[in-house]
Amino acid sequence: MSSGTAAGVPTIIDALPPRAAGSVDKMPDPHPKSVGFQDLFFRWFTRFFAFLVLVILAGILLSLVYGSLPAIQRFGFGFLVDSTWNPVTEKFGALVPIIGTLVTSAIALLIGVPVSFGIALFLTELSPPWLKRPLGTAVELLAAIPSIIYGMWGLFVLAPLFADHVQPWLIGTLGALPLVGALFKGPPQGIGVLTAGFVLAIMVIPFIAAVMRDVFEVVPAVLKESAYGIGCTTWEVVRNVVLPYTRIGVIGGIMLGLGRALGETMAVTFLIGNAHQLSASILAPGNSIASALANEFTEAVGDVYTSSLIELGLILFLITFVVLALAKLLLLQLAKGEGRKT
Amino acid sequence: MSLDIFATRPETSAKAETPAATKIAVRNLDFFYGHFHALKSINLDIADRRITAFIGPSGCGKSTLLRTLNRMYSLYPGQRAEGEIRFNGRNVLDARVDLNMLRAKIGMVFQKPTPFPMSIYDNIAFGVRLYERLSPRAMDERVEWALTKAAMWSEARDKLKQSGMALSGGQQQRLCIARAVAVKPEVLLLDEPTSALDPISTAKIEELVNELKSEYTIAIVTHNMQQAARVSDFTAYMYLGELIEFGATDELFLKPQRKETEDYITGRFG
Amino acid sequence: MRSLYLRRLAMNRFNLAMSLLAMLFGIAFLFWILYTLAAAGFHAFSPALFSQMTPPPGSKGGLLNAIVGSLLMATMGTLIGTPVGIFAGIYLAEYGSRGWVAPATRFINDILLSAPSIIIGLFVYQIYVFQVKHFSAWAGSFALALIVIPIVVRTTENMLKLVPDSLREAAFALGTPQWKVITMVTLRSVRAGVITGVLLAVARISGETAPLLFTALNNQFWTIDLNAPMSNLPVVIFQFAMSPYDDWQRLAWAGSLLITLAVLGLNIMARLFFRQRTPN
Repeated sequence: MSSGTAAGVPTIIDALPPRAAGSVDKMPDPHPKSVGFQDLFFRWFTRFFAFLVLVILAGILLSLVYGSLPAIQRFGFGFLVDSTWNPVTEKFGALVPIIGTLVTSAIALLIGVPVSFGIALFLTELSPPWLKRPLGTAVELLAAIPSIIYGMWGLFVLAPLFADHVQPWLIGTLGALPLVGALFKGPPQGIGVLTAGFVLAIMVIPFIAAVMRDVFEVVPAVLKESAYGIGCTTWEVVRNVVLPYTRIGVIGGIMLGLGRALGETMAVTFLIGNAHQLSASILAPGNSIASALANEFTEAVGDVYTSSLIELGLILFLITFVVLALAKLLLLQLAKGEGRKT
Repeated sequence: MSLDIFATRPETSAKAETPAATKIAVRNLDFFYGHFHALKSINLDIADRRITAFIGPSGCGKSTLLRTLNRMYSLYPGQRAEGEIRFNGRNVLDARVDLNMLRAKIGMVFQKPTPFPMSIYDNIAFGVRLYERLSPRAMDERVEWALTKAAMWSEARDKLKQSGMALSGGQQQRLCIARAVAVKPEVLLLDEPTSALDPISTAKIEELVNELKSEYTIAIVTHNMQQAARVSDFTAYMYLGELIEFGATDELFLKPQRKETEDYITGRFG
Repeated sequence: MRSLYLRRLAMNRFNLAMSLLAMLFGIAFLFWILYTLAAAGFHAFSPALFSQMTPPPGSKGGLLNAIVGSLLMATMGTLIGTPVGIFAGIYLAEYGSRGWVAPATRFINDILLSAPSIIIGLFVYQIYVFQVKHFSAWAGSFALALIVIPIVVRTTENMLKLVPDSLREAAFALGTPQWKVITMVTLRSVRAGVITGVLLAVARISGETAPLLFTALNNQFWTIDLNAPMSNLPVVIFQFAMSPYDDWQRLAWAGSLLITLAVLGLNIMARLFFRQRTPN
C-alpha cells in the first residue's frame, strides 16, 4: 500500500494484532446476534403500541358506523334535516341536536374568542413579570376543572342568576329590537341554549388563550420593537404586527377550542334543557348531540332508537375529527414555518 | 518527504524509545453529510499508545473524522463514509462490523460532560455490566480502579451513591473519562474534552490524558493549539475537510512544512 | 393631527383596559366556581360521606361506594393506559424519524387527545358492553384507559425529545445496545417528566363522567366486583344533581367538592413535583 497523498504519513502500515494476552481481563463477547435481536424486538414492541393508537381510532370509526347502520338504512340522508324525535313512533331526526351543538359552540366562540384574546394579550404585553406565572397557572386551572363541575355550578348558580336578572334584561333590551329580537324571546327559564353556550365559553377560554399566548410569545422582539420604534402604541403593535404574524396559530387555537366545545357533554347536559324542539330564540331549551346521548342512551329501547343515537355519535365524531384535524394541520404548518415541530 | 517517526521526544521516558506502531490506519476516507462532502480523501495513521491531536479552524472536519472512527455517525441516516479504516485487522466501515463491540474497544468522551442519570458508582458500572459479569467485590474494585485512573478516587469515594449529575463540570468530565476507561477499551477518542471547562479542570484533565497514554491509544480533537502542543505526540492539521499536514507535534509546530499550517499556527489565519 | 393622536391614545387605552377586563373575567369565574364549591360542598361535608353508601332518595347517606369505585377505576385505567402510552411515546421519539407509522400516530394521537369523551364511552359500549351484555367496572376502566393513553403518549414523546443527543451518544459510545440506551439512560433521565404526565392524566380521568355513563353505569350498593356495574362519583353527581331531592343534591355538592379537590390537588402536585425534580 502506498503512503497516500498528504506529506508525513508514517510508513509502518500494518495494524497491530489485537491486544496481547494477559494485559487485560478477558471480555466475554455477548453473542452479537442476540443483541441485534433484542434491539429489533424492542423496536417492533414499541411500534406495536404506536400502531395501537391508530387501531383505536379506526375502531371507533368502524364501531360507530356499524352501530349506525340500522338508522342509516332506515332514514338515509333525511336524518340530517329531520327535526322529529319520537321514540314511540320510532321516527328520529338529527336536526335539533345538530343545531343545538352548532349554536352552543357558536355562542361559546363568540364570547370566548375575544375574552381569550384579551387574556393572551394581557399575559404577553401588559402583565408585570411576577404576575405572569400565577395568572398563567390560574388559567390552566380553569382548564382542569371537570365538565361536571361546570355543570353543577351552572345549574345551581348561574342559571338562576340568568333567569332572574340577565335574561329579563336581554328580553327587555335586545328582545325589543326588530330582527335580533327574535333571538331573545320567550320565558326567562335560566336553562337553555344561551346559558349552555355561556358556560361553554368559560370552558374553552383557557384552551384558546393558552394557544394564543404561546404563539404571541414567539413573535420576534425585533419585529415589535421596530413598530414601537416608529411610535406605535401597544395596541397598534398588537393589531398590526403580532396578530398578522400569528394569524395561523390563532386560527388553529380557535379551531381547537371549537373542537372542544362541540364535544363537551356534562356541562351542556346540565344546562341545555334537553328539549327536542327547534326554536329561533336562544333563551329556549334545546338539545345537543352529546347531551342527547348522555340523557337517553342508557334508556333507549329498540334497535332503531339506539341506532339513531349511535348515528348522532357518529356525526359528532366526524364533525370534531374534521375540526381537530384542520386545527392540527394549521398548527403544524405554523411550526414548520418556524423550523420546529409542535 | 517521509517523516521519520522513529524520532523520539527529547524528554520522555523509555516508552518513547520504542517505535510507534499503527493502531488505526485511515485510508482514502471520504465523508458525506447528505450531499455535502465533509471529509476529502483522508489518509493517516493513528499511532498505538501515543496521543494524536487534530487541530484546525471550526468546520474543518476534525470532529467528523473522530466520529468516523467509532462509527458514531451511523446513528444518523443521511451521513455516510467511504474508504477504509483499519483497526485490529478489520475495516471499521464495513457494514458487517458489530457496532456495539467496536464501541466497547474504541471509547469516546464528548465536549459536553454527559453523566448518566444514576449514581456515580452506577455510571461506571453501567458500561462494565454490558460486557462482563463481575462479582460485587470485583465491580467495586473496577469502579475504584477507573476512578483512580481518572484522578477522581479521593474526591468520589465518599459520594459513590450520589447522582453523577451533582458533580461540578470538571468532575463530571473526569467521571465520563473514568466511565470510558472502565470498560478497558484499546482506543480513547476525546472530542474537545476541555472546551467546556475552567482552566484548572482543563489542566487536571491534560495531566490525566498524559498518564493514560501509556496504556491507551488516544486521539484528541481540540480547537486550542496550545493544548495540542502541550499534550500530543502527533498532530494533524485539517482545513475544509482535508488533511493539510500530519507529523510529530514538535516538528509540526516548530517547522511546519505547509504554508497553510504555518499561517494557522502563527495566528495569521483562523 | 393632535386629534388623531388623541384618538389613537384613547383606542390604546380602551383596548388595554378591555384586555385587563378579560383577565379579570377569567379569574373571577375561577374564583366564583371554587367559592361555590367550597361553600356548598363544605355545607354537605360530614364523616358519613366516607362511611356510608349512596342512599335511596329521601334518606341520608354517604358516598363511600362511589369514592371507592372511582378510585378503583381510575387506578385500573391508569395501570392499563400508562404502559401503552409510554411505549408508544418511546416509539415516536426514538424511532420516529423514518417511515409513516410515527407521523400518522402523532397526528391521530393529538386528535384523540381532544376527542369528545362521550364517543369513547360509546365505543367501549359497542365493542365490549354490548358484546357481553352487561355493564362493568372493567368497561369503565378501559374507557378511562383510552383517555389516559393520548395524554401519556404526548408527554412521554415531548419529554424524550428534550433529551440532548450527546447523552444518547455517550451511551452508544460505550457500546450500549439501542434498547438499553433508551430504557436505561434516555427514559431514565426524564423520569420525572413522564411521571408528571401520568399524574396529569390521572387528574383528567378523575373528573370524567361521560365515558362512564354507558360503561360502568352506576351501582347503588357497595361492590368491588370489577365485572359488575360500579358506583362512581361523577355519575352519582349527575344522577343526584338532576333529581329534585334535597339530600341527594347536597351529596352531589359534596361529591363535586371531593372531585375538584382531587383534580386540582393532583394538578398542583404534578407541577410542583416536576419543577422540583427537573435539574436545571
